[in-house]
Amino acid sequence: MKVTFPHMGTLWVAAKAILEDLDLEVVVPPRPTTRTMNLGVKHSPEFACLPLKLCVGNYLEAFERGADAIVMAGGIGPCRFGYYAQVEREILNDLGYSYRMIVLEPPKGHLSDLVNEIKGFTGQRSLRRIYQAALFGYRKLGALDAIERRTNQVRVDEAARGGTGHAVQKATALIDRAASMDDLKTALARGLEVLDQVPRKESGDPLKIGLVGEVYMLLEPYVNLDIERQLGEMGVLVERHVYLTDWVRSHLTADFLRFDHEREMRQAAKPYLGHWVGGHGVETIGNSVLYARRGFDGVIQVAPLTCMPEIVARSLLPVVSQDHGIPFLSLFLDEHAGEAGLRTRLEAFVDLLERRREQRRRRASTLSLEVAGHSR
Amino acid sequence: MRGKPAYLGVDVGSVSTNLVLLDEDEKVLEALYLKTGGQPVKAVQEGLARLSEEAAGEVRVVGVGATGSGRQLTGVVVGADIVKNEITAHAVAALQRFPGVRTILEIGGQDSKIIIIRQGVVVDFAMNTVCAAGTGSFLDRQAARLGVAIEDFGALALQSEHPVRIAGRCAVFAESDMVHKQQMGHTTEDITRGLCQALVRNFLNNVAKGKEIQPPVAFQGGVAANVGMRQAFEEALAMEVNVPTYFGVMGAIGAALLAKEEMARRPRQTCFRGFEMSRTDFRTTSFECDGCPNHCEVIEIYLNAILAARWGGRCDRWDQLERSHLVAGGKQLLTSL
Ligand code: SF4
Repeated sequence: MKVTFPHMGTLWVAAKAILEDLDLEVVVPPRPTTRTMNLGVKHSPEFACLPLKLCVGNYLEAFERGADAIVMAGGIGPCRFGYYAQVEREILNDLGYSYRMIVLEPPKGHLSDLVNEIKGFTGQRSLRRIYQAALFGYRKLGALDAIERRTNQVRVDEAARGGTGHAVQKATALIDRAASMDDLKTALARGLEVLDQVPRKESGDPLKIGLVGEVYMLLEPYVNLDIERQLGEMGVLVERHVYLTDWVRSHLTADFLRFDHEREMRQAAKPYLGHWVGGHGVETIGNSVLYARRGFDGVIQVAPLTCMPEIVARSLLPVVSQDHGIPFLSLFLDEHAGEAGLRTRLEAFVDLLERRREQRRRRASTLSLEVAGHSR
Repeated sequence: MRGKPAYLGVDVGSVSTNLVLLDEDEKVLEALYLKTGGQPVKAVQEGLARLSEEAAGEVRVVGVGATGSGRQLTGVVVGADIVKNEITAHAVAALQRFPGVRTILEIGGQDSKIIIIRQGVVVDFAMNTVCAAGTGSFLDRQAARLGVAIEDFGALALQSEHPVRIAGRCAVFAESDMVHKQQMGHTTEDITRGLCQALVRNFLNNVAKGKEIQPPVAFQGGVAANVGMRQAFEEALAMEVNVPTYFGVMGAIGAALLAKEEMARRPRQTCFRGFEMSRTDFRTTSFECDGCPNHCEVIEIYLNAILAARWGGRCDRWDQLERSHLVAGGKQLLTSL
């Protein structure tokens, strides 16, 4: 059996580590490209959202490389993601592929369900083995998150455009190669070092933009047209509301774990959206509020076209924006999204934020002049 | 150095290419409106040649701004000091003309946009994405179909007393519905006015959806020439709609203003290649990269047979090459011109 899984940003590094740790043969699908997209679009329902199409493309390309089993996350609730695994299975069946499909559903409070699913799939591996493999994978995710966060910080003031790109690749490869916990520690330290060696310039006080929206669209650079890099190269400090570890924590280990941030985020969303609408609708609202509180200059929502939870969030964003004085830009993307059009919108949004900030500063300085005038 | 200082703004869109010269007082010295005709470099060169005939002796260009969908290319070709997106450029130009403006409606050849301004800064904007029913090209095509010169279109619309309701949800609907109404025997006046109303409805429902339109409103872009469209907007919004004198070249004006702003912020010598560049040999070519299955179309600009710029790849494979080439000779060439 040769196992594969869909891409979502750098998730492959950890997925590969876990599966290999369990002595499975792994086929990492090629990084998504236009070909992947074309394959996926061709074989998926037209109105399915972008993530499904790209996953199908991933599977077909992995199949070409000899994969015959798929690990895929499932879902619950009002978002279509929940039955994607089933839809994908049917699509592959219709195309005549006999893939074995292992769906990791978020256990509704029962960790044992998850373990059983994994066990059924790994044969006679002991619980302890599975736990260790999972933990190692999770640590790798943590390391990747640290790399990604640092990447955005470095990119804002890279001296030569594009200078950060190679460093990230190198750092990711280091994490990928780490074979033990000790290795991983060194790899992370070394990776961060590589990033810090990117020639930098003085950037002053960059604009700060928070990215919110649907997780797949945020994590997979191919579908979001590399939005983090594009913004970074425009001199904007980017932070996104979800990193891989967050996704795994909230998605695969679901609701029995409550985190401070999560609680804070729900609290922040409450005045606008008090109940779960599936996907990341509540997160989009809650985190937009939190970004505003932290003094971010703007928020960009990224979502697949037709995504219901994000449409709900989109309809509430104008009120959030008004109440908290934070401008937002919504990007709903599908396979027809054009790079040039997106670029124009991003540039215009960044200009908007910059001019707004300038104006505020000017106002603040005249205000302090007035105050000074009064005290005289 | 002779001549008075001036700022050049170039706006290269898919349909039209506009060039503007502004003086220190931000007055328009020259304004040109040309068809891009699928050859942006040629259009820019022709524009510069014409400007040079009109003004080269009297002005000295001290700053250049480029905007429009072809802004990157234009920036390299003319030697721009600043390259900006068309939303910012349009807003800057409208604000200079109408300092209190709160809403900008802009309809060009391929794109239409709405820009919301409060207290002198852009706070929100939107562009049309998929539908072409709210753009100048669509109007041009329908005018041709009705046998009406586009210049007369608006005046004709004003004569109508019983506008025909035309379905304007999307370009295809609108077109077939219009043909249908024509066959039913409605007058051309009534159809033209109906079309203007359909276009405006389409714009308000697609592009301006959810945006709070407050007066004063400025209407710019090539389509603002059409008095029928202006009237249809005024009816639909129940407010006055102002059309600036240079409605068709506001993007270029904005680019020139941005250039002025930029040169004041960071004083330096302009990168402008001079009006003579209309005679240098620029060639753009493209090739499909086979480095990975993305098969990006990579664009190359040659300046007198030397590679001057390159872009279009999704990865940085070609950026790197661009840099080494530029250092190895292109760059001197770029600055020496
Ligand atoms: S430019 Fe880069 S991303 Fe594009 S096809 Fe070539 S190698 Fe692939």
